[in-house]
Amino acid sequence: MKVGVVVFPGSNCDRDTLHAARLAGTEAEPLWHETPDVRGVDLVVLPGGFAYGDYLRAGVLARFSPIMAAVRDHAQSGGFVLGICNGFQVLAEAGLVPGALRRNSTLRFEHRWVRLSVERGDSPYTRGLPPGRTLRMPIAHGEGNYYLPEGELDALESRGGVLFRYAPPEGNPNGSARDIAGVCDTGGRVCGLMPHPERASEALLGSDDGMLLLRSLVEGVAIAGRAVAAA
Amino acid sequence: MSVVAEIATPLHRALGLTDEELDAIHDRLGRDPNDLELAMFAVMWSEHCSYKSSRRYLETLPTSGDDVVAGPGENAGVVAIGEGLAVAFKLESHNHPSAVEPYQGAATGVGGILRDIFTMGARPIAILDALKFGDPSQARSRGLVKGVVRGVGGYGNCVGVPTIGGELVFDPSYGDNPLVNVMAVGLLEERHLTRAAAPGPGNHVVLFGSATGRDGIGGASVLASATFDETSAAKRPSVQVGDPFAEKLLIEASLELIARGLVEGLQDLGAAGITCAVSETADRAGTGIRVDLDAVPRREAGMAPFEVMISESQERMCAIVAPRWLDAVLEVCARWGLPAAVIGEVTDHGRIEVVGAGEVLASIPAAALTSDAIAFDRPARPPTKTRAAPAPGAPSEPGEGLPERGMDPGAVLLALLGDANLGSRGWVTTQYDETVGTDTVEAGERAAAVLRIKGSPKGLVAATDAQAAVAAHDPWLGAAMAVSECARNVAITGARPLGVTNCLNFGDPTDPEAFWRFTESVRGLGDACRALGLPVTGGNVSFYNASPSGEILPTAQIGVVGLLEDVEQRVAPAFRRAGDVVVLVGETSPGLAGSAYAALAGTAPDDGPPALDLSREAALLHWLAAAAREGLLASAQDVSGGGLAVALAESSIWSGLGARLQVGVGSTPSVDLFGESPGRVIVSTEPALWERLAGSAAAHGLPIRRIGLVDGERLIIELVGEGATGAAEERGAGVADALDVAVRDLAHAWRSALPRALGEEA
Repeated sequence: MKVGVVVFPGSNCDRDTLHAARLAGTEAEPLWHETPDVRGVDLVVLPGGFAYGDYLRAGVLARFSPIMAAVRDHAQSGGFVLGICNGFQVLAEAGLVPGALRRNSTLRFEHRWVRLSVERGDSPYTRGLPPGRTLRMPIAHGEGNYYLPEGELDALESRGGVLFRYAPPEGNPNGSARDIAGVCDTGGRVCGLMPHPERASEALLGSDDGMLLLRSLVEGVAIAGRAVAAA
Repeated sequence: MSVVAEIATPLHRALGLTDEELDAIHDRLGRDPNDLELAMFAVMWSEHCSYKSSRRYLETLPTSGDDVVAGPGENAGVVAIGEGLAVAFKLESHNHPSAVEPYQGAATGVGGILRDIFTMGARPIAILDALKFGDPSQARSRGLVKGVVRGVGGYGNCVGVPTIGGELVFDPSYGDNPLVNVMAVGLLEERHLTRAAAPGPGNHVVLFGSATGRDGIGGASVLASATFDETSAAKRPSVQVGDPFAEKLLIEASLELIARGLVEGLQDLGAAGITCAVSETADRAGTGIRVDLDAVPRREAGMAPFEVMISESQERMCAIVAPRWLDAVLEVCARWGLPAAVIGEVTDHGRIEVVGAGEVLASIPAAALTSDAIAFDRPARPPTKTRAAPAPGAPSEPGEGLPERGMDPGAVLLALLGDANLGSRGWVTTQYDETVGTDTVEAGERAAAVLRIKGSPKGLVAATDAQAAVAAHDPWLGAAMAVSECARNVAITGARPLGVTNCLNFGDPTDPEAFWRFTESVRGLGDACRALGLPVTGGNVSFYNASPSGEILPTAQIGVVGLLEDVEQRVAPAFRRAGDVVVLVGETSPGLAGSAYAALAGTAPDDGPPALDLSREAALLHWLAAAAREGLLASAQDVSGGGLAVALAESSIWSGLGARLQVGVGSTPSVDLFGESPGRVIVSTEPALWERLAGSAAAHGLPIRRIGLVDGERLIIELVGEGATGAAEERGAGVADALDVAVRDLAHAWRSALPRALGEEA
């Protein structure tokens, strides 16, 4: 399986994400932000960081970059896209996943280890996760407060668009609506989440729950690929 | 020069140069300097750039070691760690800018030290920040703490370098003059080690990164080289403004240039801007540089030549490039979106020439600006008054204020854990990205941070410490104890300390007493490093840390980096399992002066600070590494601030496990429970390993004593021995002569300390 990790000039989790994707058994390569195509990868990952400095608002400039047109095409033709932290912010700004990420309710940058509950086990991102298991991984962001108007939240929930929620004992670190930590688009193949699975991908680093998520995704992409081949 | 025109004094004095210094400049030039040359001398001969007061003392420090690849004089120290890898590290101050503008001052402090690391060819992998502020209940201190912490985080989080450790200390002496010392650690392949030199006449001098503007004009001479007074706010334009996004691009571009072998030398632009970069690189290589002023990309029009030459605009780098690689260098910079320009050429005449509009505007021997800059032999004199006056309202009889007789040790412990200086740093560390880079194994609250190295079993350990309260009584001892504590904090993980970096924060060097505190501290630093076999690989001096309200405590901030051969074998300070034996290694000695306990009691104890046995410290470092390697240590914790009781409490808080212990009281309960005498660690081990552990400590000549077991959910310390008598009966019948507190209560006091002190309680 081929993974492309987009490198914006201010991405700072690109190397971490490449490392984790390779540990998960994929062929992972960087995709420079000025590249106009995604080079046939199965999964595009938008990593954490501060894409273009993010002085105006997180992710607001990145969506205009050449690679993002290619990422949009990839998503619209049924490709997989995972946005982590700043990558989630970029996906939300680009309208590829619903919602917006506002400043944390604490009005501070927050680095914390949190726990995620898995809201559905049948998505390509979660089908390989042990049922009922919460996932422990870090957050590190200033703008991760998930927002969507109430009515749209109901619609998001009812179509199964919420994949992950912040769970006790640490709970919701940033004021996100309904404790939402990760969502997917209507097709279920574009996912944004604020916590960093790539930082929790080896026991030495304090948790390897993130690797469970990445392996689940690898399996999910493979199943989807076989389904396409069979069709 | 409008800044200068308003002042009636002669130009050299307005620029901070003395008449004696002007004469020395005349000697080196053989003529009078023109105004541009005078401005260049003024920044390069500032205390900050020239080390003119400190140089002769710093030369006494031990700097050699088998593994040292680059030592003082380079941008950062570099030590080999095997497998072709090396670690670069350095500690530096940004005190004065942070006092004037805390957010930008701290942010650009982080940016500056990171540039020192990647200029050497190393990728920055960790930041540690050592911060000192005044009374946390004061509005000014609170504003500074919040601004500085946001600044460190704002910059480090954005560039993607984890901030994994540091120190936060409050003392009234730092009220008007906070200390912001930042340490950075980088990892490099030894073959990529790059020098800040300008070899090869005919090579291009390429400036890349941000354009040059008027920010930070004279930062080195104006801000960092004078004490604070009422006019400090007017110096705000001298504070630089940071752009971490540009720094991130600089890191990637610089490391690519180095990895591809495209540069002959690389130097970052910090204090004194272009002037410093060209004179230092030329002097190191024995060459000269001709600077074409008109080629320097500007942020604004109408800048005078001196402004371009001494601007401290941030996020700029200077590369020395052979003509055949120029196109490739410019391509790399363009790809990373960084403006780049050839601003000069390496020459063979040993001079820094500044050319503008076809005219030579300045011509100075490179050495005159750097290695041959003026140096002083300042008078140093021990203070006539050796002890600080008691705090207002403190009991007049020293000693009586200590809650010795009849004290409730549990209440004292809770008060210490609830003190801003000893409580959890969580309020700070949650604002720092600790895990970016995916190498962080231990960070934040621990005395030392641990990083793994991808592709290698090894690990790196880093810590920073100071002992300013002890140094207030004895600066030699304070510096030597800081080195010992810092090395011990690295060693308790099982790592072998590799080297020492330092940042020496002192008062006005022209004040003989303040200067004596500096010279004594350097002596203590050198003695401790020699005794522990540690090279000093770099450092920084910050003078003029004083304000009308007084001088800061003499603060020798120490940074130590260590190597774990196998990161999986690291030892942590938290207790591991119930039933393990708890062991005290080392001997408690009297002396409460400078301790957190004495500060809490509000008096200056008359028993002086504790004694330091450097040879035993060295033995302890060796033993810790050996014991960790043999797998004898379930946990290891340093005894320092707050003494034995606080060290034990932390091991309990971090594990949730209590302990049942007996501590023999040699002199008084306060010394044994809360004294901070050095050379001690608490370790725990499986009962089956106790005999081996004891044998190995004895073989290293270390006193070792079993003091109890990890057990339950309470920390119980029974005081035994002659000195223990009295306390219980004075408190009344029914009270045991013991400390007995639930771990949950210890944790609560510890966690709420800092938010409460800063008025930030949720």
